[in-house]
Amino acid sequence: MDLSLTQEQEMIIGLVRRFVREEILPLELKLDPDADALDAADRDRLISKTKEMGLYGLDIPPEYGGPDIDLVTRTLIAVEMSQHRAGLYAPCYGVFGGAGLAQLFEATEEQKDKYLYPTLRGEKRGFFGLSEPSGGSDPARAIQTKAVRDGDNWIINGSKLWISGADRADFGLVFARTDSSKGRNGVTCFIVDTDTPGFHVRRIVHTLRSAHYATELQFENMVVPERNILGELNKGFAIANDRLTRQRIPYAAGCIGVAIKAQEMALEYVPQRETFGAPLSSRQAIQWMLVDNDIDIKQSLWIVLEAAEKAQRGDPFRKEAAMAKLVATEAGGRVVDRCMQMFGGLGVAKDLPLERWFREMRIRRIGEGPSEVQRHVIARELLGSSLR
Amino acid sequence: MAISLEKPWISSERVNEVLAGHMGVFQLANDNEQTIFIGFAGGKSRGGLKHEVAEMLATFPNAESFRYEITTSYWSRFKELMALHWAEHKSYPQLNNRTQVGRISPTTTGAD
Repeated sequence: MDLSLTQEQEMIIGLVRRFVREEILPLELKLDPDADALDAADRDRLISKTKEMGLYGLDIPPEYGGPDIDLVTRTLIAVEMSQHRAGLYAPCYGVFGGAGLAQLFEATEEQKDKYLYPTLRGEKRGFFGLSEPSGGSDPARAIQTKAVRDGDNWIINGSKLWISGADRADFGLVFARTDSSKGRNGVTCFIVDTDTPGFHVRRIVHTLRSAHYATELQFENMVVPERNILGELNKGFAIANDRLTRQRIPYAAGCIGVAIKAQEMALEYVPQRETFGAPLSSRQAIQWMLVDNDIDIKQSLWIVLEAAEKAQRGDPFRKEAAMAKLVATEAGGRVVDRCMQMFGGLGVAKDLPLERWFREMRIRRIGEGPSEVQRHVIARELLGSSLR
Repeated sequence: MAISLEKPWISSERVNEVLAGHMGVFQLANDNEQTIFIGFAGGKSRGGLKHEVAEMLATFPNAESFRYEITTSYWSRFKELMALHWAEHKSYPQLNNRTQVGRISPTTTGAD
């Protein structure tokens, strides 16, 4: 098994690393510590740069204008892109673009014209509306939002919780129950315009993560045309499930990037900081923290890359994606926590990014399926039918 | 859950007495108790709410009173207050620069 990077991978990663250090970090010094966006002028300038670099829209399939970079390399890029203060939830403040809602690549041509292409051009924004107050980890059972057919339309009533970006979105993918007798086979995905009467962003949900906040949505007799069904009627669960599985790899990669940056900061700091007449780096307690960090980072990186490699090959990767998400989010949390400890008071101050990473990293063990659900997924894969 | 900042307005003369160096959000009002500015004391603020409110009161002479909320979630709370102002008035407060924030449409059904 060859674990070394190709020349091309090294070149691309070097480019992104330089971009983060030379373009993102200096701008970030001027921003509020919790900011998640750049000024429009800076954003436009940096988007031009990433386009010149040939790295804009990394996750967009090449047939839609993406740069055709394999998933393993994209995962390595995601590790690099997150190595700054806002990097966990706003890697490079979005200037590398994104695929938007990847589920739209499977949409009808009419839907693509209206939603996908404008999103890829940066003219429209979408949100992903799955979780509800009744739960998010078990969408097959938790979805209570109901859609009822009315001629050529569907009438949607219900609510969603923990939805990012809905207050700034032009449309969203809303999962609703269309057949209450069929469990996971009774859920349908609708594309909903946010200016539809009855669509409400009821509130912002304040959490540990002040930037990139979540919202609560409410739908009151919202009329959505039949042609806005994404995929097939009652087949929405597969769309949600596929998204949840794929999302776990970049989600994990971001945690590793932050852990790498935190460790880098600690490695610079501990030889300089003296206590009781000797540098912190001479203390065994500190050395062991650094060693544990290094092991955590390396273990999680290989597990995430294995998941990416399997997904790239087209093999089933549900177990590996769950393992990657589980290991990287937990390891990332431990690394940031140890680094805070090494920095002492400075570690918890807003002068350094550690306190933001600490808060945001805590969410990572819950978001996109908590650690316990990942273990459940892995256990099901290991035990198979004997579990049922 | 209430999302508006609905505490009583406090006279601008009481800034030093009432406020300290906390992080948080605040609003300034004119003599008609209309919100004319929404701001926050964030992680880069040197003197927290006390400093930020005093500075803004000095900058905007028509600001007669203020109200505030201490919170470490100042970033999302600021955006929420701006979005709420837009929802209620279809405009941002008179003295705020144009800020790109989201839309909120709080409903009465089941809310609060």
